[in-house]
This record gives sequence, structure tokens and C-alpha cells, in this order.
Amino acid sequence: MNPVRIIGRGSLAVMETLGRIILFAAISIGRGILPPYYPKQYVRQFLDIGYYSLPVVGLTAIFTGAVLALQSYTGFQRFQAESAIPTIVVLSVTRELGPVLAGLMVAGRVGASMAAELGTMRVTEQIDALSTLTTDPYRYLIMPRLIGGLVMLPLLVVVAMIIGVMGGFLVSVNQLGFQPVSYLNDTFRFLEAIDVVSGLVKAAVFGFIVALMGSYHGFNSGRGAQGVGAATTMAVVTASILILVSNYFITALFFDR
Amino acid sequence: MSTADTPAIRIRGLSKRFGSKVVLDNLDLDVDRGRSLVVIGASGTGKSVLIKCILGIIEPDAGTIEINGVDVVRGRRRAAAKARAECGMLFQGGALFDSLKVWENVAFRLVQAEGMNRREARELAIQTLARVGLKPETADLMPAELSGGMQKRVGLARAIASEPSIIFFDEPTTGLDPIMADVINQLIRNVTAGQRTALTITHDMQSVRHIADKVAMIYNGKIHWSGPVEAIDDPQDAHVEQFVQGHSEGPIPVQITAD
Ligand SMILES: Nc1ncnc2c1ncn2[C@@H]1O[C@H](COP(=O)(O)OP(=O)(O)O)[C@@H](O)[C@H]1O
Ligand SMILES: [Mg+2]
Repeated sequence: MNPVRIIGRGSLAVMETLGRIILFAAISIGRGILPPYYPKQYVRQFLDIGYYSLPVVGLTAIFTGAVLALQSYTGFQRFQAESAIPTIVVLSVTRELGPVLAGLMVAGRVGASMAAELGTMRVTEQIDALSTLTTDPYRYLIMPRLIGGLVMLPLLVVVAMIIGVMGGFLVSVNQLGFQPVSYLNDTFRFLEAIDVVSGLVKAAVFGFIVALMGSYHGFNSGRGAQGVGAATTMAVVTASILILVSNYFITALFFDR
Repeated sequence: MSTADTPAIRIRGLSKRFGSKVVLDNLDLDVDRGRSLVVIGASGTGKSVLIKCILGIIEPDAGTIEINGVDVVRGRRRAAAKARAECGMLFQGGALFDSLKVWENVAFRLVQAEGMNRREARELAIQTLARVGLKPETADLMPAELSGGMQKRVGLARAIASEPSIIFFDEPTTGLDPIMADVINQLIRNVTAGQRTALTITHDMQSVRHIADKVAMIYNGKIHWSGPVEAIDDPQDAHVEQFVQGHSEGPIPVQITAD
């Protein structure tokens, strides 16, 4: 087949899916902001997305901070710039690695389970059953997940930032011979509000992306076990890609000059 | 709008296709108020799609559907939702919410949509469970702890808990042993006795004889035949006869070999 044609078809398909996802988000939000609200569903999502992701995100953060310190030390030693390490660690963690790695971990953990749960509900007609019980599935199932992602990921990322800096601190002090007090002073000396704020904005966007991809692919899951499996894969893959792409654009928005 | 002799459900020209596959093709059907209509037809002929169009789960491509005289396809959303609130549905697999206890399933609509408090709703759920022959102890179990037959019963309890005037059953006996199937048929007869309208789809002839006042057969996307339940043994129609008798030879093409 003509390669131009293949590319054309592919891009049309992507645009179509994108349109569907935007429509899905619009319907969910449009209906979800109106009552009735389902507090229990919100609480469950907050716990699922936020609280139960703490171990995964915490572990990721501490080792990321630690390896950052180690890598920059061996690298920066070559031109006697070891003193930049506290700043490198804190800027990388707040601006970039905290939100991106937390987003990717949550995409794997939460996005996948959302897609699997909603997909199973779709396949076993539980979503259809909701509407026959005069309950709007967008309000009951989707909106709590979207809000959960939007709100909980920034909170997770605050924790990730603190733990990440701590990881760098521990390695620097225990292995690389830094003084604890001066390391901490250096950490905060060049840190600006925008570093943290941009990280939190990213986190909110990534959280929304993860919840939206998990919800969309689960809600529109194909039939049977195979359909649910495919939905789960798609949720994780599309969320991860969108996180990395949007990360670039948010960074550009904040720091481009 | 709705008088005693408007049918509870009135369908005209209903069409639905998925991609190039035509499932419902200009289908007409009336379900009389207070009667029990059973739609029969082979697997994959669009019986579930028909019910889902009525309930608004699937959007039809063309046609009108009136519930108690209210157009639910092109009418106003609010009026349609109100008309549909008169409907209860028992799904083919039960479709119980697996994260909720049995009683929370049964009382789902009362609690979530009608704002009943949980104590009251639980009581009512237990009473409703009793109507389908389940003991109060079942109330606190999770759906996954129940057998298939019990899940169907809970599904039935959930469908009738808010006292709908029209109730739908999607293959209520499929996958059950003959004794449990008979129990379910009996329960359906009980809960639909009186002024309640019922639309059941099935291919279980035992079930048809047990619960139908009237029978309609769906074939090629249309209602091919309809008549009183007494007529199914002498339907004057080769398709219905073949289906009722369960023959592989007849006017309904059946593929047996792989070519
Ligand atoms: N959501 C859907 N998407 C695509 N095809 C569907 C969908 N629902 C039903 N179909 C197709 O429509 C046909 C009728 O399905 P259904 O109404 O479930 O049959 P049955 O009469 O056994 O209940 C089947 O061929 C099925 O594959
Ligand atoms: Mg079916």
C-alpha cells in the first residue's frame, strides 16, 4: 500500500480517538458537576489514587534522589562542581522527576486498575445496570476518578519531592562527605516558588491524564476478557505517552524565554 | 397521553446496525399494559439489543419507542428519563455490582437515586430478598459468594425493589439447572402477576410456556410472528415451528459444517 496513505489513515484514526476522548471528558465533567454527587465514590478514589500509591511513589522518589546525587557527584567531580549537587537534586526532583516519575508510576498502578475495573463492569453489564437504576454512570463512576486524579497526584508529588530531596541528602551526607546543615542550606538557596509550582501543575495535569485514560479505555472496553486486557494496556500506554508529551509543553510554558 | 389502552411499550420502525451488520431492521412491537410478552429468537438475533434500545442503553439508528405514551427516543431527556424510571431490568448475567454487598445492590436505586436512609433501605432490601426466596443472611454477603442461581435472584430483587410498572428480563433462565430455572420462572410469574407489564427475552421454551401471555419471534431484525402463547404449538408458521421444536432443518438456515 501507498505509504502516504498509511500515514494519512493513521493520523485520521488518532484524530478521531482524540476527539472521542475529549467528548468523553466533556460529557463526564458536564454531567459530573451537577448533583447528585456520590461522596463515597470520591472517598474511595482519593484513597485508591492517593493513599495506596504512597509506597510506590515514595520508593521511586527516594532512589531517584539518591541516584541523582551519586551520578552528579561522579560527573561534576571532573570539573570541581560538586557544590552544585544540592541544587541539581532539588531542581530535578521538583521540576521534573518528581511529577514525571510519580505520574508514570501512577499510570501503571492506578490507570491500569481503573481500566480493568471499568472494563469488567462494562463487559458484565454493570455499567448498563447503573443507568437502569436511574444512576448516571458518568456521575457515579467517571467524575470521582477524574477529580481523584486531579487532586491526589499533586499531593503525592509533594511527598515525592520531599522524599526525593531526602534521598539525595542521605547519599550526599553518608557517602559523599557533605555536611548536613550546609547541604540543606544549599538545597533551599536557589529554589524558587516556580520550581515547585510548575511541578505541582504538572502533577495535576498528569493525574487528570491518568484518570481520563483509565476511565475512557475501561468505559469503552471491547467485549470479553480480551477486550478488558486491551483496554488496560491502552490505558497505561496512552497515559504514559501523553504524560511525556504534555510534560514538554508545560515545561516550555513555564520556563521558555 | 397515556390511557388504559395505550400499550405500555410501543415500538415503530426500530432499526439498529453495528458497522455493516444490520441487527434490527424496521421492527414494530407493542407490549400491552399488564401483560407478559416473551420475545423468542436464536442467539445473536438482536433480542438484547432490542431491550437495550428501549432502556436507552443503546441508541437506535431510526424509529420511535414510546413508554407509557412518552417518546423516549426523540422526546425531551427529562421526560424520557421519567418514563424509563418506570422500568426495571434483570440482566442476563445478573450484572450485580461486585464491590457492593447483596443488600446494597438490592437497595441501590433507593439509596443512591431516591435518597432513602441506609437503615430503612436495608430493611426494605431484606423484605425484597424474601420475595425472591432469599434469607436475611444473604443480605450481607458479596455477590461473588453467591451461586449463579442466587445471583439471578438478587438481580431480580434489585429490579423489583423500586416497584417498577414495567420489567424486563434478559434470558432469565440461561445457564441455570432445570430446577433453578423453574424456580426463577415461578418467581417471575409471581412478581409480574397483577398489573405489572413484563417483556422477557429467551430461547428457553419451558420458560415461554411458563411466563408468557403473548409470544413474538424475532427473525432477520423484524418481528416475524406473534400470537398468544397457546398458539406456539400450532403457529401456522414454519420458522416458529422449527424454533419451538428445536429442529436444525427448516427455513431458518443453520450452519453445521465449516464451509
Ligand atoms: N455494543 C455492540 N457493538 C457491536 N455489536 C454488537 C453490540 N451489541 C450487540 N452486537 C451485535 O448484535 C447482534 C445481536 O446481539 P444481541 O442482541 O446480544 O443478541 P441476542 O439475541 O443473543 O441477545 C450480535 O451479532 C452482536 O454481536
Ligand atoms: Mg442476549
